[in-house]
Amino acid sequence: MRKSYSLDAEALPQDGLAVAERAWKSLSISGRVGLVLVIFWLFIAVFGAFLSPYSPSAFVADDVFLPMSATHWLGSDYLGRDTLSRVLSGTRYTVGLAFFGALLASATGTFLALYAAVSQGVLDEVISRLMDTLISIPSKIFALVLVAVFGASLPLLLLTAAIIYLPGSYRIARALAVNLNSMDYVEVARVRGERKLYIVFHEILPNMLNPMMADFGLRFVFVVLLLSGMSFLGLGVQPPAADLGSLVRENMSGLQDIAPAILAPAIAIATLTIGVNLLIDALPQSGNGKGGH
Amino acid sequence: MAVTVNVSHLKVAARGEGGMPIPIIRDVSFSIKKGEVLALIGESGSGKSTIALSLMGYTRPGLEVVGGRIQVGDQDVLALKSDELRALRGKTVAYVAQSAAASFNPVVRIMDQVIETAVTTQMCTRAVAEAKAIGLFKSLALPNPETLGHRYPHEVSGGQLQRLMAAMALMADPALVIFDEPTTALDVTTQIEVLRAFKAAVKERGVTAVYVSHDLAVVAQIADQIVVLQHGEVREAGQRDQILHEPDADYTQSLMQAAQPEKRVRPSPAKALGTMAPILQIKGMKAGYGKARDGSLQKTVLDNIDLTIEPGRALGIIGESGSGKSTLARVIAGMLPPAAGQVCFHGEVLPPSLRARSRDQLRRIQIVFQNADTAINPAQTVGEVLARPLQFYYGLKGQALTKRVNELLDLIRMPSSSADRLCRKMSGGQKQRVNLARALAAKPDLILCDEVTSALDSVVAAAILDLMAELRHELNLTYVFISHDISAVRAVCDDIMVLYAGTQVEAGQSQAFKSAPYHPYTDLLISSVPQLRRGWLEEARPGSSGAQAQPEDGLCRFLPRCSLKIPGLCDTMPAPRHALSDGRNILCHLDEPSLRAAQLETV
Repeated sequence: MRKSYSLDAEALPQDGLAVAERAWKSLSISGRVGLVLVIFWLFIAVFGAFLSPYSPSAFVADDVFLPMSATHWLGSDYLGRDTLSRVLSGTRYTVGLAFFGALLASATGTFLALYAAVSQGVLDEVISRLMDTLISIPSKIFALVLVAVFGASLPLLLLTAAIIYLPGSYRIARALAVNLNSMDYVEVARVRGERKLYIVFHEILPNMLNPMMADFGLRFVFVVLLLSGMSFLGLGVQPPAADLGSLVRENMSGLQDIAPAILAPAIAIATLTIGVNLLIDALPQSGNGKGGH
Repeated sequence: MAVTVNVSHLKVAARGEGGMPIPIIRDVSFSIKKGEVLALIGESGSGKSTIALSLMGYTRPGLEVVGGRIQVGDQDVLALKSDELRALRGKTVAYVAQSAAASFNPVVRIMDQVIETAVTTQMCTRAVAEAKAIGLFKSLALPNPETLGHRYPHEVSGGQLQRLMAAMALMADPALVIFDEPTTALDVTTQIEVLRAFKAAVKERGVTAVYVSHDLAVVAQIADQIVVLQHGEVREAGQRDQILHEPDADYTQSLMQAAQPEKRVRPSPAKALGTMAPILQIKGMKAGYGKARDGSLQKTVLDNIDLTIEPGRALGIIGESGSGKSTLARVIAGMLPPAAGQVCFHGEVLPPSLRARSRDQLRRIQIVFQNADTAINPAQTVGEVLARPLQFYYGLKGQALTKRVNELLDLIRMPSSSADRLCRKMSGGQKQRVNLARALAAKPDLILCDEVTSALDSVVAAAILDLMAELRHELNLTYVFISHDISAVRAVCDDIMVLYAGTQVEAGQSQAFKSAPYHPYTDLLISSVPQLRRGWLEEARPGSSGAQAQPEDGLCRFLPRCSLKIPGLCDTMPAPRHALSDGRNILCHLDEPSLRAAQLETV
């Protein structure tokens, strides 16, 4: 039996700062690096527009592919626009689309999985086979087809990302939920006469939140890479707006000059995805919070 | 080669939050002479396993040795480097873990696993190692020692696997063997065989051993010296007989008391039998799992069960694992519809499945599961757990709800401040109390307790049993108490039913279970419970245990293990159910005088 010697944690002051400090201390070094990177990019995504020195679509520089300077911190792009301003606004597209796309995929997947796991039988079978069908379609091709048919628009990109990453999320959530569904406390709730929805939201879901959060982080990274890839092919966010992937693409010709215009968005994508990955790896993986020891 | 083990001022600490070390073992010292068996005894969390593992120079992740010396023979274990430690482990010090089933690789043949260390360290050739392993199988009294090694771990029983693990440990002729609760997970009838085999093997080879256990009665059989631990400190240490007969420390005395539930005050027996309408009545019930094409059961777990409980009484159901005890509770609770027979509750027939039962019918029967760790949602607070049945069955809200939750906490002797605490931060005993309180919250007529004390330490379990007995009088509850522990059942129950392989072999009032004659199986169960005196292990009757070929349908299920069977009768005719003079009924061919004669002569 596990001796709970972490009991004395209860006695510590419970104000927000102390909680944050303890969470920080419990993270490994790589986890801390990840956390800093994630907070940095979230901050840029939310407040970037206010910090932007120029309008992202204004032609403000004297020349194209300028190096870093005091007036243009990250130089200028292939049309003479300010790279820093473009990256700041591109981050909002990339992070925003990826966040909501992954959220949609995870939330829908988790809910379907919970419903399937609790219902069992035919319903479980039908939902699971539907998801298997979705998994069997190559994701990049599927995205390309959708964009080719309906044209690239923000809602469509969001939906595409959500549909592509839904089955993976469903699979993980269902595996967790099936295990939790056989726990004695779920059995107790069932013997009490509880309805399915109560069991789903009160007994099962709280115990799988941690792993699902980790899964959400992973999906977020996948969506960032998918959207960046799509944009790089010119099928993602359409000009004059640009996400980080489009920024890399449109400044391709600056590659020979090693212009900051192409380096900056590429580094942005790299640090964002690595940051999220590092943070997820450092999180306790166990669903019931016992993994801390 | 036997060695002296010397542990002095051992200190082990866990890395706490914020880097503060939390002491786990505080200054423990003991020494073991050559060929002696030392027992480390204590509750879970007392640090007994941590000490045992540190003898191999190992600490669990998150723990570290912060002081002291461990001397095994002429080696200072704590000063060894990792490659020297590897040489020490397995060769000089060997380890037998609690769960052999989890320690064997299921896809490798037993022989390959037993001789693996010897062969990979090139101590001897394969042929020599195999011959030695077979010798060990023989001395551990394993069946078919020549061919046993060709089997896979899932093909042998739990008790055999535990002995195979000891064989694996003894392969390298270690100087010190550590047994870490090796019989805790076994049935009493199996435990007795495993203990015998261990004791013989240890004596024969003259190895020094450390035996970790929470069970004083088991330790009394095997140890020369006993060290009693609590909270990482030595409470008492000394020779076995001194600890058993003149325990000094209060803590040791409370351990002794908890080990003998029958010596505690029995609840006064409830009203006389037959005066009230039964609360629960089951007749000719059959249940199992899996439906074959023709509608019959693929696996019958319970067959032809009759039981009657009157209000205010406690019925104990005992049997080994796999006897169908828990399935019976599941059928009563409606979780498993029976294949035949009905469950009558307060005179009316209950619908077989959960869905068909009304909310009030569900409320009146509450089930308490064995393992509070899994029976209580770790993500909820104690208050939330207790409040839910109140909201669900009674629609309580606000002040009334808080008041009732506090009343319930008071009933289970916990402070009202604990309502805000998360269940996963509670200790095992506290969780089990909450588990019980959740059932009480529904104000049920009948509580089904499924092995509620078997996952707990003896002292905590005794407290839970006392609490249940008190509550029964305060609230006039009716219990069905399922257990494998016949002494616990005799201590708290008015009526007892013994299940063997899904059949009801004996039933009657608890008082009648105090003396022979018994059904041969009940007799085996009772005589297998370790007693707190030395020499018990040698005197106890050998009983065959474990899974064996099932007899044909209709015949006595206990036949292959029965020591009193009558050839020509028991193996041809189904056993009749007949009454004994004290009101019990048993399912056996033997009549009362012959059972008494057979059982009294050996006691």
